[in-house]
Amino acid sequence: MKTASRVLGSAFFLSGFEVQDAPRYGAERRGAPTFAYVRASRTPIQERGVIRDPDLVIVGDDSLPAVPAAGVMQGVTARTVMLIHSRETAEAWKHRLNLAGPVMILPTSEEVGDDTDLPFVGCVSAGAAARLVGVISPEALVKAVDKEIAPFGRAAVRENERRALQAYERMAARARAVTEGVDISAVGYDAPEWIEVPFEEARVSAPAIHAAATSVQVKTGAWRTMRPIVDETRCKQCWWICSTFCPDSAITVSAERRPEIDYDHCKGCMICVAICPSHAIEAVPERGAQTKEPEST
Amino acid sequence: MTRELLTGNGAAAWGARLANVDYVPAFPITPQTEIIETLAAWFDSGEMPGRLVTLESEHSMITAAGAAAATGVRVFTATSSQGLLYGMEMVYAVAGWRAPFVMVNVSRGLGTPTTLESDHSDVLAARDSGFLQIHCATCQEVLDTILIAYRLAENARTRLPVIVNLDGFYLSFTREPVELPDPATVRGFLPPYDPQNTRFRASAPTSQGIAVLGGSPYSYFRYEAHLAALNSIDVYAEVAAKFDTVFGRRYDAIDSYRCGDAEIVFVMMGSFSTKAKAAVDQLRDAGSSVGLARLRLVRPFPVEDLRRVLAGKRGIAVIDQNLSMGKGGVLHAEIASALYGRRDSPPILLSFIGGLGGRDISPEELYEIAAETRKAAEDGRTPPPRLLYTRDELREIRKLQAIAEVERNESESGQ
Repeated sequence: MKTASRVLGSAFFLSGFEVQDAPRYGAERRGAPTFAYVRASRTPIQERGVIRDPDLVIVGDDSLPAVPAAGVMQGVTARTVMLIHSRETAEAWKHRLNLAGPVMILPTSEEVGDDTDLPFVGCVSAGAAARLVGVISPEALVKAVDKEIAPFGRAAVRENERRALQAYERMAARARAVTEGVDISAVGYDAPEWIEVPFEEARVSAPAIHAAATSVQVKTGAWRTMRPIVDETRCKQCWWICSTFCPDSAITVSAERRPEIDYDHCKGCMICVAICPSHAIEAVPERGAQTKEPEST
Repeated sequence: MTRELLTGNGAAAWGARLANVDYVPAFPITPQTEIIETLAAWFDSGEMPGRLVTLESEHSMITAAGAAAATGVRVFTATSSQGLLYGMEMVYAVAGWRAPFVMVNVSRGLGTPTTLESDHSDVLAARDSGFLQIHCATCQEVLDTILIAYRLAENARTRLPVIVNLDGFYLSFTREPVELPDPATVRGFLPPYDPQNTRFRASAPTSQGIAVLGGSPYSYFRYEAHLAALNSIDVYAEVAAKFDTVFGRRYDAIDSYRCGDAEIVFVMMGSFSTKAKAAVDQLRDAGSSVGLARLRLVRPFPVEDLRRVLAGKRGIAVIDQNLSMGKGGVLHAEIASALYGRRDSPPILLSFIGGLGGRDISPEELYEIAAETRKAAEDGRTPPPRLLYTRDELREIRKLQAIAEVERNESESGQ
C-alpha cells in the first residue's frame, strides 16, 4: 500500500496537483496491518496526518476488514467510495460491512485463483484510483509507475505499468466516481468532547501489564512466510541441535527423540534449516504449505 | 532547480548533500534512519564526496560529530528521541567546544511508555545545552533550514552547533513537493566553512574540552556561549534575509500568519502548525479574527519578535506538544516569561497540551481552542491548562484497563 500511495501521489503530482502521501507502519513486522494515505489539492495542503474523512478507501487484502487494528472502516461515510481487492462480490461486501456508499471490487486479473498478482497490488490499486478520481491521464499514471518502480528494474516497471493500465481501464465506467470532500467549517462544527483526565494512583495508572506468558497467546506463527518441515527419514534424532538453536523455543523433542515444531509460534527464521547437520529440515513457502494442511496453524 | 516529492527525511538528506558536508557520523533510530540510509547510498555511489561512519551509539556519534567539527570540516548528523537522550552528555559537551555543526532531530516522544510517534519532549530536553534550535513545519522547510543552519552555526559571531527539528511521521515519512535548489546557487549562499582558529588535528594533541577550577572561569566560558546564542538572533535574521534574496523563501524567527489584526493568536511550533494555519483560515471565514505565531527559532528565544507579534492581542493560546512533568507546557512558560510585566502584553495566556506521542489535533479542536480563548478574554479569567483529550479516548483506556485488571487478577490468583 505504500507503493500504491507513492504511485498515486506521483501521478497526482505529475498532473499538476499539490500532494501529500505517507505510509503508516503499524507494528513494524511482517503480517501486521499497514496503511498509507494520499491527499491531493489544487492549492497547497495544510492538513496533516491520517485522513479522517476519506473520499476513497482501497483495501488491498480482504482479510483486513475483520481486523479491528486495521481500521478499514474509519471515517467511511455514504459518500466514501470503497474499492476492495477480493474474490467476493461488491454486494457481499456492501451487506457484510453495512456500507451505504459505492463499493467496487478489483479482481486483479480474470484468472483469479493464484497469487501471482499479489506483488502488483500496489500499482493495480493506484491505477484503479487514478481512474476513479478522474483527473489523472494514463500517461501521468505510466510516468508515476515508472518513477516509483524504477529501482526494481526495467522488467518490473513494464509489468507494473501493464497491470496499472489494465486496472485504469477496468474502472473506465466509474471514472470520477470519487468526489472531493469539503473542509470542516468553523461554523456549526461538532465541538470536541474534552474531559478532565482524573488523577489515579500509580497502581492503576502506571503503564504496567502484569499478565504473564502473553507471548503464548499471540500466534506469532502467522508472521511466517517460510515453513520449516522435518523430514523424519533424514532426522538422525540427535535430540538437541534444532531445538537448542531455535530462538523462539518453538521446537521441542519428544521422548522418542523426534523434533516437533510448534507452528503457532515458529516465525520462520529458518535457523533450524541452516543448522541441522543432516539436512533433515526443509524450507517450504508458507502459502503453499497452508493450502495443503490448512488446520496446522 | 527541480520540484519533486520528498519525505521530510529525504529533504533532510538533500539538505546535507547540498551543504556539501564532509563527514557524517551515524547511528540508526526510528523515525530518523531513512536520512542516514539515503546519505549512505549517495556516499556509496559516489554521488556525494565525503565520509559516513557508523558509530556504536549516539553518545559516540555526537562525540565524533563534535570532534570532527573541531578539525574544521563540515559535519552533519541525525538522531531522534531516546537516541538524542542517550547522547545527551555529549550534546552539552560538544556545544561547549564552540565547534559548529548541524544535527537533525526527528522528534519522537520519550519512554515510558515507548512510542515511535512524534512530540517535542525529546528535542526540548536539549533546550539548555548551547545547541541552537530551529523547528520546521514542512518538508521544504527542512531542506532550506539545514542550509540556513550551517550559515548560522559557522558565523564567527555564533560558532555553535544547531539542531534542526522535524516531526516524526507527520514530516519524516510524509512526502510533499519540495524544490531542490540548484547546487551552484547553494554554493553561492553557503560558502565553504572557514574554521578560523579551530585546528584540532590528528597526531597533534591539543586540549579541546578543558577543565577549569573554580566558578569564575567556568562562568566566563558558559556566559560567552550564552552571549553567542543571543547574538545569533541577529545573525539568524541576516542569514534568513540572505536566503530570501537568493531563494525567494522567507523564514522569519517567528512565522506569523494573519496576526496583524488578530484578536486571538495560536502560539505553537512544528508541523501541526500547518493544521493551525488551515484552522485560522476557516475561523476567519467564520468571522473570528484569529492568527498564528509559529516559533521557528526556539534557541535563541526570539523575545523581541514575540513581543512585537503578540502586543495588544486580547488572548493567546499556547499549544504545547510536550509536557514538563509537574509544570506543564514548556513553550507556555517561555512565552509567559517573555510577556510578563509589559503594558501591551495580552491579558490572557492559555495553555493547551496536545499532540503528545503523535496524537492528532483535529480542526474542531483548534476552533474550540480559539473559542475558549475568546471566552477567557471576555470573562477576564484564565482557565487552568487543558490536555486535549476526549471522553472517547478515556473510554478506550478504560477498556484496556478492564482487560489488564482481569489479567492481573488471574495472574495473582495463579490461574
